[in-house]
Parts: sequence; C-alpha cells; structure tokens
Amino acid sequence: MQSRFVKFFSRRRNWSIPYVLFLVVFVVVPLVLIMFYAFQSKDGGFSLENFQRFINQPEAANTFIYSIGIALITTIICILLGYPAAYVLARLNSSTARVVVMLFILPMWVNVLVRTLATVALFDFLKLPLGEGALIFGMVYNFLPFMIYPIYNVLQKMDRSLIEAAEDLGATPRQVFTRVVFPLSMPGIVSGVMMVFMPTISTFAIAELLTMNNIKLFGTTIQENINNGMWHYGAALSLIMLVIIGITSLFTDSEAEEAANDGGLL
Amino acid sequence: MIKRLLSSTYLVVLLLMLYAPIIIIAIYSFTESRVLGNWTGFSTELYSSLFSGGVNNSLIDAIKNTFIIAIVAAVASTLLGTIAAIGIHDMKYRKRRVVNFMNNLPILNPDIITGISLFLLFVSLGVTQGYTTVILAHIAFCTPYVVLSVMPRLVQMNPNIYEAALDLGATPFQAMRHVIIPEIRPGMISGLLLSFTLSIDDFAVTIFTNGTDGLQTLSTYIYADARKGGLTPELRALSTIILVVVLVLLIVVNFRARRQAKQAEEQRITLKN
Repeated sequence: MQSRFVKFFSRRRNWSIPYVLFLVVFVVVPLVLIMFYAFQSKDGGFSLENFQRFINQPEAANTFIYSIGIALITTIICILLGYPAAYVLARLNSSTARVVVMLFILPMWVNVLVRTLATVALFDFLKLPLGEGALIFGMVYNFLPFMIYPIYNVLQKMDRSLIEAAEDLGATPRQVFTRVVFPLSMPGIVSGVMMVFMPTISTFAIAELLTMNNIKLFGTTIQENINNGMWHYGAALSLIMLVIIGITSLFTDSEAEEAANDGGLL
Repeated sequence: MIKRLLSSTYLVVLLLMLYAPIIIIAIYSFTESRVLGNWTGFSTELYSSLFSGGVNNSLIDAIKNTFIIAIVAAVASTLLGTIAAIGIHDMKYRKRRVVNFMNNLPILNPDIITGISLFLLFVSLGVTQGYTTVILAHIAFCTPYVVLSVMPRLVQMNPNIYEAALDLGATPFQAMRHVIIPEIRPGMISGLLLSFTLSIDDFAVTIFTNGTDGLQTLSTYIYADARKGGLTPELRALSTIILVVVLVLLIVVNFRARRQAKQAEEQRITLKN
C-alpha cells in the first residue's frame, strides 16, 4: 500500500492532483453553484424568474447601468492621470524610478476601508460634499496605482531604438508619440483597464462609505440581497456581473494579443 | 529643463493627492479626538491605549484573527501552490492548459463573486461558517498567486540538474530538497508574502464566509465600525504603525536588492577579468 503511494507521487505530474481537487471543490463547484442558484426559483425548480425580476425592477437595472458608468469614468480618469505619470516614470533613471514606483504602491498597504474613511475625512476637512465627486475621487485614488504600474512596465521595456529610428526618419516628437510610443504601450493600457475597470464595477462598501449610503453601486445591491437571504436573486445578479466581466476580459484579451502581435511584427 | 521640472512637478502633485488621506490619518493619530478631522491638541494617547489594552477587546480580537488567518492561509497556500506548480510544470501541454485556466479563475474573478460563490458552497454543504471557512476561502484565492510566482522559476530552471542529481544517486526526495527547492525558493517567498498581504487586506471574501458567530477580522471590524458611524480612533494609530513598518521594510528590501545587484555586477566584472 505504502509503496503504491510512493510510486504514485514519484511521478511529479501527480503532485498537482491535490491542488486540482482543491480547485474543483473551492473554485469550479462554487461558480457552478452561482449558476445553479441563479436559474432556480425559491421552491427549487428551474426558472428564469430571477432574471425577469431584474429586468422588471428598474431599481436594480438602473444601479447596474449607473455602476458601469462610474466604472467607465473611473477607468478613463485613471488612464488620463496614470499615463503621463507612467511616461514620466519610464524616463527617470531606473533607481529613482524604482523608488517613485514604490511610493505609488505604498498606500495600497493601508487597509482599503481605512483609506476610504480617510478620503471621507479629507472631503470633510476641505468642506467638500460627499457624493458622486467623492465616489469617483475615492475610486480613482484606490485604483490609480493599478493603471500606472502596467503602463510603466511596458514603457520601460520598450526598445529605445524604435524611438530613435522614428526620429531619424523625420518624425516630429508628436508623431513619435502617436505613431510609435502610444501604440506600443497598448498592452500596458489594456491590462491597466482590466485591473481598474473590473474591481471598480464590483466594489461594494467603498461606495457606501464615500457617499454616506446615498449612492448604491451594483456590488452593494448584490451584497444586500445575499445578506437578506435572497440567495437566488443575488446569485442571478452575480451571474450578470460575471457575464459583463467575461465580455470585458474577452475584448481586452484579443486587444492585448493584437497589440502584442503588432509589437512582434515591429 | 522646464519640461523636466514640469514632469517632476506632475509626479509630486499626483503623489500628494494619493497621500493626502493617509497623511491626514497619520497627523490625526496624534490627537485624542474621537472624530477624525477634529484636532484637540497633541497626544500619544491613541498609541498607548492601543498597546495597553485600553481599546475594546473586539478590536484586539479582530487584529489577532487577521494575523492568525493570514499566517495560516499564507503558509498553506505556499505549500499547496508550490507542490502544485511542480506538478503542473511536469504535465503534458493540454492538461497543463486546463489546470492553468482553472488556476486563473480566482484571479480574474472579482472578490465579491469569489465570496458569494464560496458562501453558496458552504451553505449548500451545510457547513457552519467561521474560522475554518474563512481560512479555506483565503487559501482558495491566494494559492493561484503562489502558483504564478513559483512557475517562472521552474520554467527557468535547467531540467537536467534534477536528472543529474538522480543519476548521482540522490533519492527523488533529496533531489527535491537540495536541487529544486533552492532554485524556486525566491518564487516561494514572493508567493508567501503576496498571499500574506492579500489575506490581511481582504474584505469582500471574508465578509461572506465569516458566518454569523461574530468572527471579525480587521477589515470586517472597520466596516462594521464605519457603518455605526465612525472609525475607532485607535485604528488611526494602528494604520500609521502599519504604514511606517511597511515603509521601513520596503526601504530595507530595496536597499538589499540594490546592494546585491551591485555585488553581482562586481562579480561579473572580476570574472570577466
């Protein structure tokens, strides 16, 4: 018996089996359960009533659209603020850049909720009202480093000789940027978008705290339903969120691949 | 010159914006006022009450729980993930792709979905939620990161040295201990640290798996606190301490990395000569 055990695990590929089982139980099955609950009515039969309810109930659907809007605005602001920062960082000498990148990441070590409460305090301190503005500031503040870092990474690894070649061939600085640097940094932007858009669309708690409970995001709606024992409806809402995220990641994936291929061709 | 000045100014302004809330917390950790933003004179009362147990027990419990869960989850994830990575690395291409896909699921999933899906799992199985379920949930979302940080090390490794060790009479176990583990150790360490920080910082997964028996971690405690209408003042002191510790750690790590890079460079030069 023992020798069979030893023999089984002397093949190294079998070492992955415990983890594969773990993944099935704690990742795959739970995701299937979301689907299962979403398509089930309260009495246990198959039904679409949870989705019908989502469509017929303007509140949840509106929150959903509003959340996508907030996530889009946050992502765009993060690109607008983060890209120049990444660009400047990539031009610094590497040891200074490392320190500055570290400074950008450091705030992430303070608990997200504490940071959010600190943002609330900042707005109070400056006598600014808590509301949509605070919400977007808080989101940008929380997720900006996730935009800067991937763009910086791509820009920093970029082959300098391409820029020199463009300059030698008579491109103006503006053309160098729009025709060479920016297209080549696309993969960084794409992964930045993934890392900002996805968490913003699914946050809860942050919005509650930043707007004194006045603005609800989709994540909050899901959490409330689950907490109130409406698992089936909550699961359906989760599934809707999963679909949106799936679509985004498919879109950004092909984009990233394309950009990578373009880079390869160059 | 002006361009350089402008661009550094931009970075500084952006950093100031990012740090403004944190700086406020750090400044107000030195005053006693219950409300953040209300200065009632300099005092280190919050720090002493944090360490002398002047704060309520539930905060201390939450801090303890956070660390226990993070340590257990990080160690377990590192073991599970390292063993898995070694196995996955040895798999055939197609199976490896399937496992890699499953491994990426928890990373791509938003944490609220991970939390809800695990909540539904535990509910369906009729498991009472508490310490065990939170730790299992944390292992579930940390291990993929360990696999991802160990894997590149295995790929970089020369496969022949393992075979060589076997040829020279090492048992598979010895070859593992003396050949593979030392090679992948940096990946294991970064996986461990990443898991630890992910676990400490987690809120969304914990809140769905901590059950109704009142198990609180720092995140859920702060959340409950904030909903009741304010941050426990001692948390300002705690956050400041965490920030300073992390800052010091990062400086030390950075300094060491730089020194090592320098040494490696010097070694390379002497070897060349």
